[in-house]
Amino acid sequence: MISLTPAEIEALLLSLRISGVAVACALPFAIIVATALALGRFPGRFILDAIVHLPLILPPVVMGYLLLVALGTRAPLGAWLYETFDLRFVFSWTGAALASAIVSFPFQVRAIRLSLENVNPGLYQAAETLGAGPIDRFFSLTLPLALPGIIAGAITAFAASLGEFGAIITFVSNIPGETRTLPLAIYTAIQTPGGELAAARLAALSIGLAFAGLLLSELALRRIRKRAAS
Amino acid sequence: MSIGVNVERSLKTFRLSAEFNIPEPGITALFGPSGSGKTTLVNMIAGLVRPDRGHIQINDHVLFEHSRGINLPVRKRRVGCVFQDNRLFPHKSVRDNLFYGARRNPHKLPQDEQQAILEMLDIWDLMDRRPNLLSGGEKQRVALGRALLSNPDVLLLDEPLSALDHARKQEILPYLEWLRDHRKIPILYVTHAIDEVARLADHMVIIDQGKTLATGSVFEMLGRTDLAPLAGRFDAGTVLAARIVSRDPKAEVSFLECGGQRLVVPYLGRPKSDRVRLHIRARDVMIARTPPHDISANNIIPVTVTKISDEPGDTIDVTMCFGQDADATLLAETSGRPKIHARITKWSGSRLKLQPHQKVFAVIKSVTVNGQLRDR
Repeated sequence: MISLTPAEIEALLLSLRISGVAVACALPFAIIVATALALGRFPGRFILDAIVHLPLILPPVVMGYLLLVALGTRAPLGAWLYETFDLRFVFSWTGAALASAIVSFPFQVRAIRLSLENVNPGLYQAAETLGAGPIDRFFSLTLPLALPGIIAGAITAFAASLGEFGAIITFVSNIPGETRTLPLAIYTAIQTPGGELAAARLAALSIGLAFAGLLLSELALRRIRKRAAS
Repeated sequence: MSIGVNVERSLKTFRLSAEFNIPEPGITALFGPSGSGKTTLVNMIAGLVRPDRGHIQINDHVLFEHSRGINLPVRKRRVGCVFQDNRLFPHKSVRDNLFYGARRNPHKLPQDEQQAILEMLDIWDLMDRRPNLLSGGEKQRVALGRALLSNPDVLLLDEPLSALDHARKQEILPYLEWLRDHRKIPILYVTHAIDEVARLADHMVIIDQGKTLATGSVFEMLGRTDLAPLAGRFDAGTVLAARIVSRDPKAEVSFLECGGQRLVVPYLGRPKSDRVRLHIRARDVMIARTPPHDISANNIIPVTVTKISDEPGDTIDVTMCFGQDADATLLAETSGRPKIHARITKWSGSRLKLQPHQKVFAVIKSVTVNGQLRDR
């Protein structure tokens, strides 16, 4: 077993933390947006749909640039957040998490929306005749029925976050121990003369992580299907 | 118990404009061809579809009244629905499905009534299963239980049997009969199957192209030949209420009493004094001027002709009331003495010189008892 260097461990843990926080914070919003898109009929639904999917088609670097413009400490919104909540995104791991959350948001929404659209709408009517109000129906039907989609979406989004590069380096730069995630560490190693081995090791680590994620999602989905069938 | 409905709404191909009142409990069949607006009508009562105008009322509980701007939300209407596609919650156990409504209703059914419903539906063994492991018949039983346990004011059954095969239907029908006979709840039963109407319903509302064509007791409605436009699917005939008076398992027959006459049917396997429904199709009734002997038919009833009406084609419909006493026709109109219909050819009619008040004999070729055909 080849042991990891402290710098490698640092990049790995930072990547996991940033992706974990990104997915966890985006999840509630993803559920709400997916529910609105799948079940809601309101004006502007098409526009919401387009905005959610924007990160999929925009180059990540542009995403990072827009974030920098909006949330830099000299930008009005960024300055206000900094002064009122002491919240600073630029050059901080929280900024990296925000960038990852936005870029991976469409993956979550799409998976949750898909599983919601597969639900027989008659079930909601049945629940209504049995006395369930809208909030009750959301927690007793929508949420549990969307669970496979929520889990699949969270895992896909987590994997996408782990690989995020352009938005992070543009928005929060490449600071060791703060914003240097695995992809950024690989990039740095390649840029460094004689860093080929370090880059190869980091790349292998990334590949291992990706496979672990894939395996985990397969196991989770299998367990859900089994539960639904029993 | 009463249900009053008077609604209008423009649909894609026609205008729904239905009005009916059901003054008593029991099962009311909403009968009509597919696409006639039956489901839309029950969805309006449930609150799932909004009428353009009109009103809907259950007892003195107004569910919808256009002129006063009243439109109660679905969950406040206290209606129990069973849909064609059962709509059980796939992620919940049978138990959680059954009590979904009961848990949300402040006016719960008393414990012993809940037990009686679960007992009747015989679903104890299924409690911990998920709906996808149930048979079609079991699913509809659970759906029925779920609606009943929510303690509704009215039960709306939208073709609950149409997705089931014949054997599964026969499995569910007794539960519906039990409901009709043992619970006071009014039931609206949407169907296009006349055998289900004949077996279950007390009242009948006939709907076509979004209009209520006729409303009345099932005994009266099934005998009406003026509803002939629907006759293709509506095999005109007679529905009679009868009681088992004795039985002879050895000879494999049961004896029934109906309107003062004794009828013989193949052995029913049901106890004495049980009530049954008879459905006799008009084309299964022959008419004889003298009592025929040496004939295979077991049921030959002395009757008096009350009405002869022309039908399209080469047949006539002969309405006859039970008995040959002098005031038989009068009694048939006033005291609800049973009537029976025969569909015979015009040629037979003129050969027998049939006319009102004539005393003849109805020879019944076959009887359907509780939805099951019993020959002879």
